[in-house]
Amino acid sequence: MAFDSFSAFIAMEGHGPYVWVCYAVFTVLLAGLMIWSVKRNQSALEDCQRRHDAESRASVTAPGKAAASFTRVEIPQD
Amino acid sequence: MWQWFHKLGSPKWFFGIATRFMPWLLAGGLLLLAAGLVWGLAFAPKDYLQGNSYRIIFIHVPSAFLAQSIYISMAVAAVVTLVWRMKLADVFVKAIAPVGLLFTFLALFTGAVWGKPTWGTWWVWDARLTSMLILLFLYGGVIALDRAINDEKSAARAVAVLVLVGVVNIPIIKYSVDWWNTLHQPATFKLTEKPSMPMEMWVPLLLSVLGLYLLFGWLACIRMKTEILIREQRTRWVKDMVLAGRK
Repeated sequence: MAFDSFSAFIAMEGHGPYVWVCYAVFTVLLAGLMIWSVKRNQSALEDCQRRHDAESRASVTAPGKAAASFTRVEIPQD
Repeated sequence: MWQWFHKLGSPKWFFGIATRFMPWLLAGGLLLLAAGLVWGLAFAPKDYLQGNSYRIIFIHVPSAFLAQSIYISMAVAAVVTLVWRMKLADVFVKAIAPVGLLFTFLALFTGAVWGKPTWGTWWVWDARLTSMLILLFLYGGVIALDRAINDEKSAARAVAVLVLVGVVNIPIIKYSVDWWNTLHQPATFKLTEKPSMPMEMWVPLLLSVLGLYLLFGWLACIRMKTEILIREQRTRWVKDMVLAGRK
């Protein structure tokens, strides 16, 4: 240990506030970026699952139906 | 060689490899970083000139290293995007730009807080500090430009050009402390030379630098996986993988 007591460790001979603010901001921002990245990855995966679930449900309910359908739209010519 | 190159360009192959490496990168990174920071905070000796404020070095130097390394890796990826049109290279640039932005901000912030007790001021328009601020703006510019262009391919090319133009700033950051008479001290940590600081300070610094590099690797993997999922969601392999994960 470079310090005699815990309070000396916190105070760091007057430099404590500077050192601890740096470490706090570093930890919070790094952890924040990591958690945000994990959450974004999860929600991207869930989006994919939802899309493919919906697609497979659609193909189950209408087995003989073509993948795409074309609807004629009547446009008044006058 | 070329087969390997093509494999590397395949998002599906990358997805598998990244998934396998990520737990090791995360565990190794957290362990090394924690060891380096605890050692640096509580056990490393006090600096005879700066006292205890120098302990900020254990986060300042790794952040600054990462800020520049990330930019260099983005520039390499930008060349690959422009020359070979490799999709994964563009995914890489897009995924890690916010990580680079964060580390540049952290290097500037910890530097400012360190400057107050050491130089007596939070900020000076010194060459090293100013060129780092430009790096912050470059990262911001890359992110903004990518968001401003809707078409994926045009965005990739525009971003790659911007990244390559900005790479001129990197040697300026590196040599600013030698070229100009700056308030910022010259490099204290080099891997190529004998350390200029005592071993009890150098080893924890090395640990936190390595730890942060591994965590960056993990961040790059997870963010690239997200980007691939978004871009390739209609492809067969993503569909198969997602449905397999359901069961």
